[in-house]
Amino acid sequence: MSDDAVSPEEVRHVADLARVDLDDDEVDRFTEQFADILEYFETLDEVPEVDRETDLTNVMRPDEERPSLESEAALGNAPETEDGYFKGPNVS
Amino acid sequence: MSDDIFITEERIEGAEDGPLAGKTVAVKDNISTDGVRTTCGSRMLEDYVPPYDATVVSRLKAAGATIVGKANMDEFGMGTTTETSYFGETDNPAAPGHVPGGSSGGSAAAVAAGEADLALGSDTGGSVRCPAAFCGVVGIKPTYGLVSRYGLIAYGNSLEQIGPFGETVEDAAQLLDVIAGSDDRDATTRSEGDDSSYADAATGDVDGLSIGVPTELLEGADEGVVETFWEALGELEDRGAEYHEVSLPSVEHAVEAYYVIAMSEASSNLARFDGVRYGHSGGYDGNWNETFARAREEGFGDEVKRRILLGTYALSAGYHDKYYKKAQDARAWVKQDFDEALSEADVLASPTMPVPPFELGESLNDPLQLYLADANTVPVNLADLPAISVPAGETDGLPVGLQLVGPAFGEERLIRAASALA
Repeated sequence: MSDDAVSPEEVRHVADLARVDLDDDEVDRFTEQFADILEYFETLDEVPEVDRETDLTNVMRPDEERPSLESEAALGNAPETEDGYFKGPNVS
Repeated sequence: MSDDIFITEERIEGAEDGPLAGKTVAVKDNISTDGVRTTCGSRMLEDYVPPYDATVVSRLKAAGATIVGKANMDEFGMGTTTETSYFGETDNPAAPGHVPGGSSGGSAAAVAAGEADLALGSDTGGSVRCPAAFCGVVGIKPTYGLVSRYGLIAYGNSLEQIGPFGETVEDAAQLLDVIAGSDDRDATTRSEGDDSSYADAATGDVDGLSIGVPTELLEGADEGVVETFWEALGELEDRGAEYHEVSLPSVEHAVEAYYVIAMSEASSNLARFDGVRYGHSGGYDGNWNETFARAREEGFGDEVKRRILLGTYALSAGYHDKYYKKAQDARAWVKQDFDEALSEADVLASPTMPVPPFELGESLNDPLQLYLADANTVPVNLADLPAISVPAGETDGLPVGLQLVGPAFGEERLIRAASALA
């Protein structure tokens, strides 16, 4: 295990950033697994700096109106809607 | 038999005429079908019904194909066995009691079991080629940009392509002809596949073909797999191909580079699942951060959570340069290595998977060991190249696949070479 193996607190912090609740069992299991996986990722240190060719070009299309989803179809999968809007939880 | 292959069995009829008239196709359940549930193998999307078709589905319908069902898969494409599906595992029709491979395991199993003539999967790091190898069928991972991803529910969008399965190379090539080509709804598509005739290339002519064998992709592989691989290569030699060994030193770092990039992209792509516009709701108690976190805790399985968290970690302040930037360096290095090797060979050959299919339930508890099984497939996605997996034979009654890799948009060459074997 490397020196900077992840701690349970770090797993909780990352889960918080990613907006995923974890129970205590999951935190324990992930802490152990992440130590192994991140130790393996450490070997990327051996990769030399590489000149990256960027032969990418922008793809543009004319800015023309075209049909889009009707709002009824767009709202069709929402667990809750109100007056033609998505209904979300409280923001604060 | 078919109930563990499909998550949803529903017939979608295509046009009356067309190149695929009379053909049945299974479609992986992360490819959107208008009015037909599309779950990604996840509880999060258990009730999600897309209001539009993916471009590949529109093209299937226009070509006269009949879609017979939405095939089982690892949750959001994250897995090598199809066992991370919320809807349960799929048995391997070619090797009962074993996994069908993943993540497009249901698609490959559908073709192997005769439930569909053809199938569509998606390949982010081997998810078409692995199940093709494990189920003894043909699977193609197209060059990045050959096939539209519009309507494919994203996991690692810089890596993934939709690809075809068939019992023969010619069948798979015929399906590729239908789905390939530019699409103004996916700005990463290119025009190289617009007037393709891949099926016509399935002549089996390998006379004078030069095959490079990357030694790194044989190291550490199962003995029986390696033996079967050389036997298949011998068949190609008998038909006039010649081979030489090549070296791809960068692939030693391909698995870690792949997982850092794929997990980072996953953490971003899957941020959309908050249970408000679609998907499993976290309810309305508390503030939005709490309800989003609850929706995602309940809606995602272990492997998806693992990858979202590791991706979030790899992109977080202080770690970005250490993981993500180095992984991009490794990706560029892998590309250079392939370019070099393909300047001295027409195609590169290796076993598709370094191991035969695992027994059901055998491999789930050690995620890192499972990631390492992707060693031969992920370099191809990092390099944006095309590859095909074709049945090479069996070891102890278990299917072995041979992978051929070609230059960008070299699908015809791969199809010609692979059709000598199936």
